[in-house]
Amino acid sequence: MKKALAFLVAAMMLVACVGCNNTTTEPTPAPTVDEPTTTPETTPEAQTPETPAATGSVYYLNFKPEADAAWQALAESYTAQFGVPVKVVTAASGTYSDTLNAQMGKEGAPTLFQCGNAQGLADWNDYMLDLTDTAVYNEMTTDEYNLHDETGAVKAIAYCYESYGIIVNTALLKQAGYELTDITDFASLKAVADDIHARSAELGFDAFSSAGLDPSSSWRFSGHLVSVPLFYEFRDDGVTEQPATIKGTYIDNFRQIWDLYITDSAANPTSLSTSTGDESEAEFGQGKAVFYQNGSWEYSNLVLREDLGFMMNADDLAMIPIYCGVEGEEKAGLCSGTENLWAVNSQASEEDIQATLDFLYWVVTSDEGTQMLADNLGAVPFKSAKVPANSFCASAQEYAFAGNYNVAWAFNHTPNVDSWRAGVVTALTAYTADPSDANWEAVKTAVVEGWAIEYAAQNG
Amino acid sequence: MSRKRNDGTMVNSRLIRRPIQRWFPVFILPTFICFIIGFIWPFIQGIYLSFCKFNVAKDAQWIGIQNYVKALSDPGFIHAFWNTAAFAVVSIILINVIAFAIAFALTHKMRGSNLFRTVFFMPNLIGGVVLGYIWSLIFDGILKYYSTYLTANATYGFWGLVILVAWQQIGYMMIIYIAGLQAVPEDMLEAAEIDGANGWQKLFRVTIPNVMPSITICTFLTLTNSFKMFDQNLALTGGLPQVIQNGAKINMTELLALNIYSTYNINKNWHGVAQAKAVIFFLLVAVLAIVQLTATRRKEVQQ
Repeated sequence: MKKALAFLVAAMMLVACVGCNNTTTEPTPAPTVDEPTTTPETTPEAQTPETPAATGSVYYLNFKPEADAAWQALAESYTAQFGVPVKVVTAASGTYSDTLNAQMGKEGAPTLFQCGNAQGLADWNDYMLDLTDTAVYNEMTTDEYNLHDETGAVKAIAYCYESYGIIVNTALLKQAGYELTDITDFASLKAVADDIHARSAELGFDAFSSAGLDPSSSWRFSGHLVSVPLFYEFRDDGVTEQPATIKGTYIDNFRQIWDLYITDSAANPTSLSTSTGDESEAEFGQGKAVFYQNGSWEYSNLVLREDLGFMMNADDLAMIPIYCGVEGEEKAGLCSGTENLWAVNSQASEEDIQATLDFLYWVVTSDEGTQMLADNLGAVPFKSAKVPANSFCASAQEYAFAGNYNVAWAFNHTPNVDSWRAGVVTALTAYTADPSDANWEAVKTAVVEGWAIEYAAQNG
Repeated sequence: MSRKRNDGTMVNSRLIRRPIQRWFPVFILPTFICFIIGFIWPFIQGIYLSFCKFNVAKDAQWIGIQNYVKALSDPGFIHAFWNTAAFAVVSIILINVIAFAIAFALTHKMRGSNLFRTVFFMPNLIGGVVLGYIWSLIFDGILKYYSTYLTANATYGFWGLVILVAWQQIGYMMIIYIAGLQAVPEDMLEAAEIDGANGWQKLFRVTIPNVMPSITICTFLTLTNSFKMFDQNLALTGGLPQVIQNGAKINMTELLALNIYSTYNINKNWHGVAQAKAVIFFLLVAVLAIVQLTATRRKEVQQ
């Protein structure tokens, strides 16, 4: 009898547990009014805080740790103004796809997320809202970098552009007796770098900052540098979609520029395997090197961040294209492109989708939003965009105005990118410690054969 | 309800025993539910997912044994298996022999043996990832003098991991061995001595048979620990160097768990394959552990 009672109590506990669970997972009360009437044309700015833009909420899974603080502030301000909850979560550097995967499987999945490339589109297409003719899309100045599915629908919109190349400290360059205009191709870059390296003891600085191959730095080469020779190969071959195989036509040009990086530098090549991105940045930031390969995102670290202590003069900074000795490269521009594309979670609730679209529209049109984009993300392809203060974005503009061609981001086509890059870094590290022809052959294998293997794995 | 009495315990009082006997479901249930939610259910779901193609768990599609075929024909997985097996053999021997030796030394009367026990045990308190990074700095710092680095070849990575894991686990196993050694009956050793046994004979004929239960548990722990090795592997070398062999990529220092992890991360086509590998991995560890347990159990002696 008492035993039966015990089981009864136990059963009640179980029911209570399930009951609790149910009440907590229940979505926020659905609105009785039909939401779609809140057309994006009624800008949230026009609305008073008493009538929130939408009953839903926004959850942005941000991709860039460096922009996290700015997004948090913007979200807070938006919530304060319109009463719409905006949650911004930033995945730790290099863990975006893991985080996205985990978050998407949960209740309350992100309503706004990052879809960087064709692979992201393939993986997440089912979760991506068609953004064609949404208010935020209509604010765009170019469709070039957006991601479209096979029906042509806009699935992800590029919200900023970035450029990378060789960052130059023009003040040091002048000190060494050169002008930016002296460098127009690989030969002139090498001449200048060799000379600075030879006189480094007397000058007190060297040509290139260390080309570290620690994971915090190696992506600059396995991702960005190798993309330059690949760009030329793809241009020759008319490649516009991810190829199953590559030939490595310009692999020797890759070797030339890599040799330059590791020779004309204060760092000992054998120590590069563990040398970090921060070290390289510090060498440049502290004026110990004239050249530093990185992108426009480095601007804030070099110029604005007091805690890092570089506080460089923005006028002393410029960015030049990565020259590697390819015919006609005097007309090259910077490597511009983007992995920063927004996708809206189509499987979120209608209210949340609407809230997200309203939020995006506000970000790209409001004074506060565009200012934040200009300050933190650089070149932004929206009609109301403000001019970025970033000198590297300005360099990119200059090259574009001069009619130089854009060195498009060939690495966007990389199959199974992390693994491919790991293979390239392994081989490149071995080559750097011992720059022999045999070791370079291994680099070529990692680049070319590795591509085919990863392509097969990706589609296997 | 009148079971055989469990004599000599405080709980034996009727006043305490009867309510427990009647109301035990109330006490067991919360833990049991947690166990189901946190272990049984994910485990069943994991097995189910290994037969599916999926991106996130809720949109799984049944595809049969395809994942298992792919998993077993992956040279990286096979390589990781042999790597793990070699690693397990080396680390089981190394850890247990050294841990036993240290425990043996520290159970003899010597100055500061308590301090040494604490010091040897301490590495256990540091997490695997932290250890991995610390040791990679140490190894790279040393290898720098020889103009090379940890991920330059598989041998460095393998022995680096062995050293790391030995350093971490010896202290733990040592504690278990100390407990075992202290339980060896003094009179047995004394009797052996009177019968004229020398030090080695006492060790192999008296001490070791008596600490067999500790050896069982330590080999079990080192075996399963080496097979499940993940964070140290990830943080120390991350599986690098990566080489291309016969048209396939192989991460030379990757152990099974890390291989499963990196398979999952290729893309959504591989999520199911990684899951299948995980199931194979589970079966492997379970079978090995059971075989090892029964094998060493047989050698245990009753005191």
